Amino acid sequence: MAFGRSDRRRAAAEEPVALKMLVAGGFGVGKTTLVGAVSEIRPLRTEESLTEAGRPVDDLAGVEGKSTTTVAMDFGRITLRDDLVLYLFGTPGQDRFWFLWDELAQGALGAVVLADTRRLEDCFAAVDYFERRGISFAIAVNCFDGAQMHPVETVRDALDLDPHVPLLMCDARDRESVKEVLIAVVSHAMERSTATAPAAS
Amino acid sequence: MTEADRWYDDAAGPVVRPYAMTRGRTTHAAEDRLDLIALVITADRYAETDDVAATDHSLTPEHLDILELCRQEPISVAELAAGLDLPVGVLRVLIGDLLDAGHVHVTRPVPPAELPDAGLLREVIDGLRAL
Repeated sequence: MAFGRSDRRRAAAEEPVALKMLVAGGFGVGKTTLVGAVSEIRPLRTEESLTEAGRPVDDLAGVEGKSTTTVAMDFGRITLRDDLVLYLFGTPGQDRFWFLWDELAQGALGAVVLADTRRLEDCFAAVDYFERRGISFAIAVNCFDGAQMHPVETVRDALDLDPHVPLLMCDARDRESVKEVLIAVVSHAMERSTATAPAAS
Repeated sequence: MTEADRWYDDAAGPVVRPYAMTRGRTTHAAEDRLDLIALVITADRYAETDDVAATDHSLTPEHLDILELCRQEPISVAELAAGLDLPVGVLRVLIGDLLDAGHVHVTRPVPPAELPDAGLLREVIDGLRAL
């Protein structure tokens, strides 16, 4: 287990602030790799019981024998300061687990939508979701070895993106590259929060 | 394949079903406070997890595992779920019990639908750059 934070108790007098960012995209696009590139812990997997979906239905008959009773979410942690921690959550790739997104998205400061130009349509649903919820996001095109490179504008057009949404090429394995992506998301969130805030504040 | 074999293959999952640990409860009144990134810390008055076990006999081994993990430092609900290999739903019920009994404290994450202020976001950006 990786619970290796030192000195957090000392800082506990001031309540630590925990923030979360989502990492979405199609199945196999590299979400776990991206989380692993910046996380100080190996990507942990947590499992949410699928029976949650049926709440408050009590009938659990038939659930016990299925291998798909849980759905895994990857997550990683970045300690920015003693009292400031950013958690990254890789959203479940399959559309049918989207009921989990609502909880993940609550209070999230933003999201990364990871795209693969060979299967661009895989990220349409995620783009749609964040647009509708008004959650700040950036598109990160994962440049796999051998993946055909497309100009940024071609990808932007194909996704019909709002001109303000950041779009970056990245290498999900590379820490510096992923850092730039995360910074783009937070910068975008900050622009939006200052744009919507009352002028007086 | 016999009837018994069908129960113990990989697909059957754990032999003890997770919600047996919660005595069948799937929700807890406190679960709205238990976001995946809510940080849990064991109450200061217990120097040792054994002391809690000695005074509160209602606690299960899973409750005590949570107290032990959260004794040194605050740990997020998500990390506890991964570390203890329990579904988040189960964990929320167990943490809810501990909250009710005053054995743990839980920090409030940024409230839903309320974005962190620009100052905090600036600190996040600075922190990421400094990594």
